Amino acid sequence: MKLTRFVPLLLAFGCAFSGATFAQDPAPAAEPAAAEAAPVAEAAPAEAAPADAYVAPKYDMGNNAWMMTATALVLLMSVPGLALFYGGMVRQKNMLSTLTQTFAIFCLIAVLWVVYGYSVAFSNGNAFFGGLDKLMLNGVIYDSHGNFVPGATFSKGVYIPELIFAFFQLTFAAITVALIAGAYAERMKFKAVLLFSVIWFTFSYLPMAHMVWWWAGPDAYTSADVIDAMNATAGKLWQWGALDFAGGTVVHINAGVAGLVVAAFLGKRKTISPPHSLAMSMIGASLLWFGWFGFNAGSNLEANGYAVLAFGNTLFATAVAALSWFFAEWILKGKPSLLGIVSGAVAGLVGITPACGFVGIQGALVIGIAAGVSCFLFCAYVKRMLGIDDALDAFGVHAVGGIIGAILTGVYVNPALGGAGYVTDGWLGPTFGYDSAQILIQVKTVGVAVLWSATVAAVTMLLLKFTVGIRVSEEAESEGLDVAEHGEKAYN
Amino acid sequence: MKMLMAIIKPFKLDAVREALAEVGVQGMTVTEVRGFGRQKGHTELYRGAEYTVDLLPKIKLEVAVTPELVDKAIEAIQKAAKTGQIGDGKIFVYELNETVRIRTGETGKEAI
Repeated sequence: MKLTRFVPLLLAFGCAFSGATFAQDPAPAAEPAAAEAAPVAEAAPAEAAPADAYVAPKYDMGNNAWMMTATALVLLMSVPGLALFYGGMVRQKNMLSTLTQTFAIFCLIAVLWVVYGYSVAFSNGNAFFGGLDKLMLNGVIYDSHGNFVPGATFSKGVYIPELIFAFFQLTFAAITVALIAGAYAERMKFKAVLLFSVIWFTFSYLPMAHMVWWWAGPDAYTSADVIDAMNATAGKLWQWGALDFAGGTVVHINAGVAGLVVAAFLGKRKTISPPHSLAMSMIGASLLWFGWFGFNAGSNLEANGYAVLAFGNTLFATAVAALSWFFAEWILKGKPSLLGIVSGAVAGLVGITPACGFVGIQGALVIGIAAGVSCFLFCAYVKRMLGIDDALDAFGVHAVGGIIGAILTGVYVNPALGGAGYVTDGWLGPTFGYDSAQILIQVKTVGVAVLWSATVAAVTMLLLKFTVGIRVSEEAESEGLDVAEHGEKAYN
Repeated sequence: MKMLMAIIKPFKLDAVREALAEVGVQGMTVTEVRGFGRQKGHTELYRGAEYTVDLLPKIKLEVAVTPELVDKAIEAIQKAAKTGQIGDGKIFVYELNETVRIRTGETGKEAI
């Protein structure tokens, strides 16, 4: 039985977690100490124990209930939240295609996740990709005694069924791929949309999730001697010490950068018209906000104080960012707009995502202002200079907001600035603290996410361009993708 | 008999309808239309990007009137629809050759 070596998500190193216990700096394994033993074998104490020592895993029902709720909330973010947010911003003749893309991508990635995605992201492999041991969630449901397999959280001795972790993460993968749709709206072939989604999910989402979030779990850190060996089994960016509470790099930068590359390959839309229903966009953005509590506070895996911190930041930073965009637009463009305030809210949600369980009120305030204002400035001014038609600002909101959030996380995790700091076992140093080197780690992590995603997206688009084609015909584009690609209209 | 076709600002519809009723007009047809004249369009801003809207929403009224009502009806529309701003609209007057009430078969003035 594999106690604990599962995948807790997020997070990186020694961090902030409650009972927490394990320690470690992102110390690169220098001395071979206990380290050379095969890391895999050694991890879970239960594995080595004699069979009669089997102890059935115990679960806290509050944690289980919260994780199921959080998983359903992330579904609410995606369909209908994201679908309506995007759908309202396109023209009436492309409404149905936007809704269809979001729904279809979510379902497609959900299936791929169960078949191989979970295994490649969240099982032992190398520092970039996991292995294939958990295909079809093999070994993730029951152990050999018929009990549910425990998955690690961030506290020693606290587990949730690994199965709910796998499904919680399913929703993350699915919404990430759907986010890219904002960039290619109104002109990409549906066939190419699906193929792109499969390839990019496999070669960009899965390794990013593995690199940032895969580690051996807190129980594997039994003493100072095994730290290097355990760290060596983790994903590359986790080993560096990257902090990403709920997906700034894995989800938002990853998707936003892919969107920009796809939009560059597709070229501009023939005509660009105003959104057809900001009422829909407002409903969509509001559902995103509501569902985001599952995304952010659920990423804590335990319904404890850090989940509450993430929850509160998801409320506060979002309101700050919404007002920041709103007022910046009012001052610079003359009118306070609905699309502005709801876009600001989404920018704030993106910005606070990597930071939500690490920063306090000061951090949330600064991240909210920075994300709201920067995303507005990017969408309103910088985008025009780039000359790339990122139709619904997948890059301008998700990548720009994600980069700001990821870097500021490294600043505001500092307890001196109201952050949660690092909580460790104290084997290698103080049990609580902060190191400003974190900021550089965050910057490097952002760089990896940008380059990795852009490369995969570019290669994929090249491949599709010379095979199935990427863009609909001029006639189909002017008729609208609803009828041309799906044979239906959103409104009759 | 004449057919009056008036293009007016949408928010003036109720005032125009009441004014026409007062002078004795019995019916009209109203359509939501878009168009441009001297008012030109306007710009809208979405995420800081400007979109020029060339065609503005207007209301088109069609009113068939008997010869003795023509001048009163034109005056009623003109007064009720006027704001003094550019974009108040226009009234076009056509000859109306024949009218038939479908239910009874009446023709001419009787059918209006």
